[in-house]
Amino acid sequence: MLYEELLEKIDDQFLSKDKQSTISVCVAAGCLALGSDKVLEELKRIFPDRKVKGVGCLGLCSRGTLVRIEPEGFVIEHAKPDNIDEIVNFIQNPEKIGDENKKFYEKQQKIVLKNCGKIDPESIEEYILNEGYKAFLKCLNELSPDEIINEVIKSGLRGRGGGGYPTGLKWSTVAKMQSPIKYLVCNADEGDPGAFMDRAILESDPHRIIEGMLIAAYAIGANRGYVYVRAEYPLAIKRLKNAIKNAERFNLLGTNIAGTTFNFNLEVRLGAGAYVCGEETALIASIEGKKGTPRPRPPYPAESGIKNYPTLINNVETYANISTIINNGSGWFASIGTDKSKGTKVFALSGNIKNTGLVEVPMGIKLYDLIFEIGGGIPNDKEFKAVQTGGPSGGCIPSEYLNTPVDYESLVHLGSIMGSGGMIVMDEDTCMVDMAKFFIDFCKSESCGKCAPCRNGTVQLYEILDKITKGEGNERDLTTMVKIANTMKKTSLCGLGQSAPNPVLSAFKYFKDEFYEHVLHRYCPAGVCKFNGGNR
Amino acid sequence: MKIKTFTIDGVELSGREDQTILEVAREHGIKIPTLCHLEGLTPIGSCRICIVEIDGKRFAPSCITKVEDGMKIVTNNSEITEYRKTILEMIFAERNHICSICIANGNCELQNLSIELGMDHFEIKNQYPRCEVDLSHEKYGIDHNRCVLCARCVRVCAKIEGAHTKDISGRGHNARIITDFARGWGEAETCTGCGKCVQVCPTGALFEKGKPVGARKKRDFLNYLKIMRGQ
Ligand SMILES: Cc1cc2nc3c(=O)[nH]c(=O)nc-3n(C[C@H](O)[C@H](O)[C@H](O)COP(=O)(O)O)c2cc1C
Ligand code: SF4
Ligand code: SF4
Ligand code: SF4
Ligand code: SF4
Ligand code: FES
Ligand code: FES
Repeated sequence: MLYEELLEKIDDQFLSKDKQSTISVCVAAGCLALGSDKVLEELKRIFPDRKVKGVGCLGLCSRGTLVRIEPEGFVIEHAKPDNIDEIVNFIQNPEKIGDENKKFYEKQQKIVLKNCGKIDPESIEEYILNEGYKAFLKCLNELSPDEIINEVIKSGLRGRGGGGYPTGLKWSTVAKMQSPIKYLVCNADEGDPGAFMDRAILESDPHRIIEGMLIAAYAIGANRGYVYVRAEYPLAIKRLKNAIKNAERFNLLGTNIAGTTFNFNLEVRLGAGAYVCGEETALIASIEGKKGTPRPRPPYPAESGIKNYPTLINNVETYANISTIINNGSGWFASIGTDKSKGTKVFALSGNIKNTGLVEVPMGIKLYDLIFEIGGGIPNDKEFKAVQTGGPSGGCIPSEYLNTPVDYESLVHLGSIMGSGGMIVMDEDTCMVDMAKFFIDFCKSESCGKCAPCRNGTVQLYEILDKITKGEGNERDLTTMVKIANTMKKTSLCGLGQSAPNPVLSAFKYFKDEFYEHVLHRYCPAGVCKFNGGNR
Repeated sequence: MKIKTFTIDGVELSGREDQTILEVAREHGIKIPTLCHLEGLTPIGSCRICIVEIDGKRFAPSCITKVEDGMKIVTNNSEITEYRKTILEMIFAERNHICSICIANGNCELQNLSIELGMDHFEIKNQYPRCEVDLSHEKYGIDHNRCVLCARCVRVCAKIEGAHTKDISGRGHNARIITDFARGWGEAETCTGCGKCVQVCPTGALFEKGKPVGARKKRDFLNYLKIMRGQ
């Protein structure tokens, strides 16, 4: 089956309605929680002649519910069910909608989120009409597995799950393994506090993941795949399952796909609830029905994964890039971004920032542009203090480094990491000791307890920071803190323990004075820590 | 089987590709401290005491890391010692160790390690967790105050005895050794009473009632087992 033949399978009803006058209501989790489904129903009733549909996340979630009207391209904010008259008024008089958030939309570059907020996530037809499955059918009909892998290698795509391992290299390793059975896994266990990139993609454009996985499966020779989704994401799970069913209906999943001999079965598995289950070896154990704890690598999953068969595991966003790389070519993709970090990255902006929400930007963008141009800066006339990237595995970056380009190497150089895309902005009222304590507390409760440095180090670091925030710390505690942090970093078994000290070490590196104020003068410059007997 | 060549502490050595750094080191009389490792049991690399430095840039547990061509392995320097000491100190602080009243006093691998690593003072704060002592089994007891979570007991019970009585339950610092469905050891129906777990336990956590550890523990019995089976 060619893409043109697939298009012919689509029922006329999806083509007929005038595309030009669409009203799109966000029905991703953020807006849905605000009652956007009611808004959608009302608008459908009020405008029977226009195409009114539910779409995925539009990005500016903090101003939800968002309603976008075409052809104007304007976005109505705070469209609550009880403001329906006002919404109708705006739709009839679009010129009244302000565009104060123009910068938010304009400075972004969308590959992964291309369809987010544009297509109905529950309709495979809309996905197909937007070039959906075109890349996969091209691979199946025209390209050899080697050619596909070469494209991915040449694109320079690196894993978006946090580590940034070259995707093409991983694919070729699994492809080279001689094995009758190979598995494919999509890691959608997203557990960083403040991160919701993968959830938004699954809720807004689930077929993009299926297509990316199909291409990967064909390229490496896998016939079975799993999407391992956090159980706390019911909407994403529902939409993904619906998408799988529809893809099967169109003969894009299952046996003899698109009339060829290629078979691929995709299943959804629900996460066991622990953060560490997102670590690849723990995730594999969990899929096998065992307790989800990490095991030492090597062997890497690429050699020995599910039931000891070669297994390719990639993140949601990694798979979401694949179809566009095939459609537009590796050269096009590699022209975006920096020397070693290609393409775009999706970030979830949160914390003390005006525009909290989901953004996609080219790699190499300056932190300043991301936070102040797209993010709109700090609310309430406060000063910027630091930004935390990489969640509990990352570190904080102070204002001196706002000119740093966002790419894998630069962030590591500053003691942080790219991570999966959580970006928490902190203003002058944030105490960095308290912040470090928050993240280590998270790691303390998420440590699986298998290896001694992480199991004990997280507790010890927490206790020390807790002491300091209570005004009971001393200089020796700081030395012990650094010693433990370094030991954990160098000797822990998995990424959780190896990176858990990052928030502590980076806060101490850039805000040393603040730590010393706490221990020497019982003073919290941000005024957050309440000491017995008050400040100073 | 391929032969690999590498250096340990500057000395050129070779070993089979399936050998770990620890195995080769021990064959050549190079001492590397270990805790969770016990010959005859599947290694799990969890205590991290046996770390060595590889190629001057990364640290890896020698008990599970296979030798590779060209590796430059260092088994001891000030950085390694600092990490080992910190890990060990944290293991001590994790539970309630009072050697003077412990049945394992004088025959404890944890105690021996602290002597070996020259731990003369402790900086890390004790956690003082509340831990139970389970004496419900007719012959044996477990004192969680002295457990280092090395999982030797879990492994010997599952892999050698085949009983699968012991397991670890709980996450992070709440992890505890359990028997069957976390009931008293005496109620564990799968337990054959073989005592293998008691023999391999490095500390005073597992013990035979009424006997001091010194008189009892035969931690190298697995080696004999291996030899007897011709493995
Ligand atoms: C504690 C821990 C949690 C992780 N959680 C996730 C996660 O939620 N999602 C994810 O894609 N990768 C996660 N990873 C990274 C995975 O182990 C793995 O590297 C990744 O899924 C590989 O995909 P990629 O190459 O496409 O990035 C985690 C790693 C660690 C150490
Ligand atoms: S580093 Fe932490 S989470 Fe990872 S295996 Fe060790 S204890 Fe478990
Ligand atoms: S188990 Fe070892 S270290 Fe712990 S109290 Fe007994 S003798 Fe001391
Ligand atoms: S006595 Fe034997 S069967 Fe019982 S728990 Fe110990 S090793 Fe397992
Ligand atoms: S009881 Fe003994 S053998 Fe079992 S984990 Fe604890 S210290 Fe190790
Ligand atoms: S959830 Fe509606 S805009 Fe993000
Ligand atoms: S002895 Fe090697 S990790 Fe415990």
